[in-house]
Parts: sequence; C-alpha cells; structure tokens
Amino acid sequence: MVAIQDMKKISDYEWEIPKSYREDMRVPVHVFATRRLLDDVARDRSLEQAVNSATLPGLVGKVLVMPDMHQGYGFPIGGVAATKLPHGVISPGGIGYDINCGVRLLSTRITHDEVEHQISDLATALDYHCPSGVGKKGSLRLSEKELNRVLIDGSQWTQKQGYATEMDIRRTEENGRLQGADPSKVSPRAKKRGRPQLGTLGAGNHFIEVDVVDQIFYPEAAHAMGLEEGFLVVQIHCGSRGFGHQVCTDYVREFQSAVQRYGIQLADRELVCAPLDSPEGKNYLAAMRCAANYAFANRQVLVHHARTAFEQVLAGRVKDWQLRQVYDIAHNMGKIETHLIEGQRMKVCVHRKGATRAFGPGSPEIPEEYRAIGQPVLVPGSMGTASWVLVGTEESMVRSFGSSCHGAGRVMSRTKAKKTVRGDKLRNELESRGISVRAGSMPGLAEEAPQAYKDVDAVVETVSGAGIARKVARLRPVAVVKG
Amino acid sequence: MDAEISVKTRIICSIKIRYTLDMEYDPIAGYREIEHTADWELEVWAPDLPALLEQAARGMYALAGTKLQAQPNLKQMFKLSIQDEESLLVDFLNELLWLGEEEGVAFDGFNMSIDDQYLFAELEGLPIKSLTKEIKAVTFHNMNIEHGASGLRVHIVFDV
Repeated sequence: MVAIQDMKKISDYEWEIPKSYREDMRVPVHVFATRRLLDDVARDRSLEQAVNSATLPGLVGKVLVMPDMHQGYGFPIGGVAATKLPHGVISPGGIGYDINCGVRLLSTRITHDEVEHQISDLATALDYHCPSGVGKKGSLRLSEKELNRVLIDGSQWTQKQGYATEMDIRRTEENGRLQGADPSKVSPRAKKRGRPQLGTLGAGNHFIEVDVVDQIFYPEAAHAMGLEEGFLVVQIHCGSRGFGHQVCTDYVREFQSAVQRYGIQLADRELVCAPLDSPEGKNYLAAMRCAANYAFANRQVLVHHARTAFEQVLAGRVKDWQLRQVYDIAHNMGKIETHLIEGQRMKVCVHRKGATRAFGPGSPEIPEEYRAIGQPVLVPGSMGTASWVLVGTEESMVRSFGSSCHGAGRVMSRTKAKKTVRGDKLRNELESRGISVRAGSMPGLAEEAPQAYKDVDAVVETVSGAGIARKVARLRPVAVVKG
Repeated sequence: MDAEISVKTRIICSIKIRYTLDMEYDPIAGYREIEHTADWELEVWAPDLPALLEQAARGMYALAGTKLQAQPNLKQMFKLSIQDEESLLVDFLNELLWLGEEEGVAFDGFNMSIDDQYLFAELEGLPIKSLTKEIKAVTFHNMNIEHGASGLRVHIVFDV
C-alpha cells in the first residue's frame, strides 16, 4: 500500500508518487487531492493501482489521478494516462468495461417555482419513458445493418432517425461520432447484446436527474450554456450497456496472449495492452470506438424519451418545455489527441477511466459557442447532493492532458452502504427534502446513498484550486430516476 | 476463447433456489464477499479447479441477487479451451453471465471435467426470475489462483 509519507506534497491540491517509489514505474504518479481526500483513499488500493498503471510501456508525462479517485480494477477510477504513438500501448483495462460511460446535461427555460408541484409527475414520466433496471431492453429493435450504422455514426445515426437536433450533435464530444469505428472488429456476441439495449439506462450508478441551477460562479460561461439560477436542468448518466461490456471483455481476453507476443511485463493482468500500431491495438481501438458511438447514441435516444416525458407533463403548463443540450461528455474513453508534453507537441492516446476531457478555451475540438470559455465539464454528485458544471482551462491543457474529475467518487463499499442505510428510509429522507425518487430497487438505492460517496464540493474545490477546471454553476437535485 | 455450446431443455423437478451470501463458513469449499470500494470482490476456495469454478459461479449468482423460477429445469453443455487457470475461471464466469443474459438461465447443478486442453461443463439450472444487480464483467484484476495444502483459493473482482 502506498502511504502518504511515500508521496511528495506539491501544493495543497497536488501530490506526487516519484518514479523511484517502485522499480518498474516508467513515469511518476501525480495525484490531485487535498490531504483530507488522500486520507479517504489511503484506505483502499487506488494509489497502488495508479502505481501499477505507471508501469505500462510507452507512457509519457505522468500518470494522473483525479480527486474523485477510488479503487477500481487495473487503473484506478479517476486515472488518466497518455501513451505515445505509434509504439505506446492501449489498454482496455485503462478505459473500462462501460466504454464511454458519460454524462449529458440539458438546460430548460422552466423555473423550479412554476413547476414545483409537477416534479413528482415529471419523475414518474421520466421513469416510465426511459427504460431502466437490470437487463432492461429498449423500445428500438435494430437489425444487424442498423446496429452497424449506429456503431459507425453514433449520435449522428439518431439524428437521421429524428431523435436528435443539430444542436444536440454539435454539443456532444466529437459531435457524437468517433471516427475510425469498425463494426467488423466487434464480436457477434457484443452485437447480440447491443441490439435490444439502445435507449436504456441500465442499473447501478446510472441515473436521470432533474436539478435546479442553485448558484452561478462564472456568469459568462453560464450564459453561453443557457444556465440561469432557479431554472431546471436535466442530467443523464449512462454508457454503452452490454455492448461495451462485451467489447472490453473480448479484448481483455484476447490481449492476455498479446502481451506474451509483445513481451510486455504487467503488474496486474487487468492492465493487458497491445502497441497502438499492432494489429491487436488497432482492432481494439476500432471496436472501442464502436462502443463509444453506441453510448453517444444511447444517451441521445434517452434524451428523446426525456423530451417526451417533459412534453407529457408540462405541455400547456409552461410556455417552453424544450430540453436544450448543454453538453455531453465521456468519462471512460481512449482518445488520440495532441498535447504539449515536456515542451514537445506529441500525438498520444489519452486513457481516461472515470475522468473527463476538459479542454481549455480556444480548443478547436469544442463547439464554437464555447470556444471562449472552455469545454463544459459535467460533474454529477452523489444522489441527493449537489452536482457541478465546470469548464476546462489553459492549465488543464498543460498539466492534465486536458482532463478533469468525473464525479464524487465512492468512499464506501456497496455492501457497507446497504448495511448502513435502508433504501426505503433514504427515499423518505430525500422526499422530505423535496427530491422525488423513482428507483428500481430499494437495496440498489441504498448502495448509492450519499454517505457512500466523497463530498463532491471538496472534489470540485480541488480541481478548481489546482487550476485544471473552473467553476461555472452548482446544481441542486429535485428528482432522481435510478434503475 | 473456444466456446462450443449446445442447449437442451428438459423438465427435471420443481425446486426454487436462491443463492445467498449469508452462509455458514465451510473450510472445504465456499465463497465470501470482500469489501471493495466500488465494485465487488469475492474470495473463493475449493479442493480442486472444477469445484473452484462451481463455488465462483454460486458466489457470482449470490452477488447478483439471482432469484430463480421453480421450473422448467434447463440443461446446458459447453466446452472452453484452457490457456491457464485464471483465464479459464474468467472465461467460465463470463460464459455464465452471457447465458444468463441471452438464455435467461442460472445454474445450480455443475458436472465438470478438465483435461489438458478443455473444460467440459454439463450444467443444470432454472430460468432467472429476477436479478437485483447487473454484473458488467469478470475482471482479471490481481487474479492469482493459489494452490495450498487444503486446495485452491482465489480473489475475483467483478465490475458492477
């Protein structure tokens, strides 16, 4: 276990595990955390997993860990690592099973005050229209040919089907379509799992949440995003469902022998990898992009369902019930990007596992309307607590491969949460605080109790204090739908 | 992975099974949950590899909160190629996850044999009535099957 005394304090918000900590480390580990947040993670294996990640071939700069870090498998959750093209590696375990798990934020012109008495109906309608829960199937029935189009075109397929607006697409990372996706690199099993699940939320920590904009910190950015105090917004958190899980499972398995072929020594078998320019690496990248596109499309279909729910409940009650896309970001992804590293511009594969892209002002990759303020970064909190909207900064481009945190980060196991909290009591407590809750199961709700997570405000203070993101707005939940 | 699956269905008897994590400790074979911040971890032990696979399957079903219908009983047969013991364990559990999602079946009868190259599995089970948790995948994280005097022992981390 890495102890705090093994780390060098850089500032109140940053720590470093030097390369000398373990012989097999190729780069140092840079941790964004306050002392209090570090004490939280010292109890699990997050930092040890970060050190393991720092042994991968072809790494450049440092392995970074965000303040919402917690123990995962292979990489820690909250891990960011860049490998140099062409010979550096790509590791499916550095991206995760739920490829392009991500968050979407939608703004409204509806004040909380004017619909306060309809919030419960809104929660019920969202729960009804947005399929959720273990193994839940969606309303779409895709042929193999249609699924292949989804895998290639992502959200842009949904636009052709009438599920997306031009603004939805423009305000999605990569315009909702990662180029280079190749369905022939995806197993029949993954396709079979993916066909019935498009437009479904799933279970676990995935959710749809209605929030009120509680406080604005950066008015110009909030204005550009259409965020105003007292107005409702909607967050959707989900990923690539069984399709993405199977893609990762297939390639983690295949790479077990690839590492032997390429003579790669591993600190953990979940970190299996292959050179980016190898056939195995190229195949995984093409399959991963299919899963990423599936996830973009999945969230877009859910947006369509959410719009139906808003129309059903609020048409005739408010003038404008439209949901307008603010942004959609991935937090489990491998992307080919160019960054300035140790004074050199380098093409790298940035692995973000439980971390979001956070490009700063001026980046050509972000929509024109956000170019002056930086890319929106969406940080959902735990159920019943605040969520945050941030933007990427110039500092994030230089110091964190244009990355920031992705959420609150767990601090308590699911088992302990269930032993500590009763789902029905939690629901009652949230309802008494004016938060409508619709959940597939009470034990599932208990697992996601706020006590099981870190203080999201402390996480955001850390990335803000370190300069890798800037606060725009704080959101307060009024309705939560969970699978 | 070399998976060959054949599916046969027949009625055997009418029973209800609910897998549980609250078992009395059995030193010979069993499983128990280990605290993990975000995902799920099981410690599994058994006298030999086929028994270890069976206990791991039972533990996985228990973690997922698997409840079964009383009937009809189902039988599945498949074989898996063996690269190494850990890979076999992951392949076997992933195969069960796939059969759970695709065929809607979980197993309670395990008849398995292993030769140098393959695992041969003949399993009996029931249709899944409900699951409380979605297991995304079985990971290789820190997986190492230890061989001791009393048998085999392994830790398995599941992504949930």
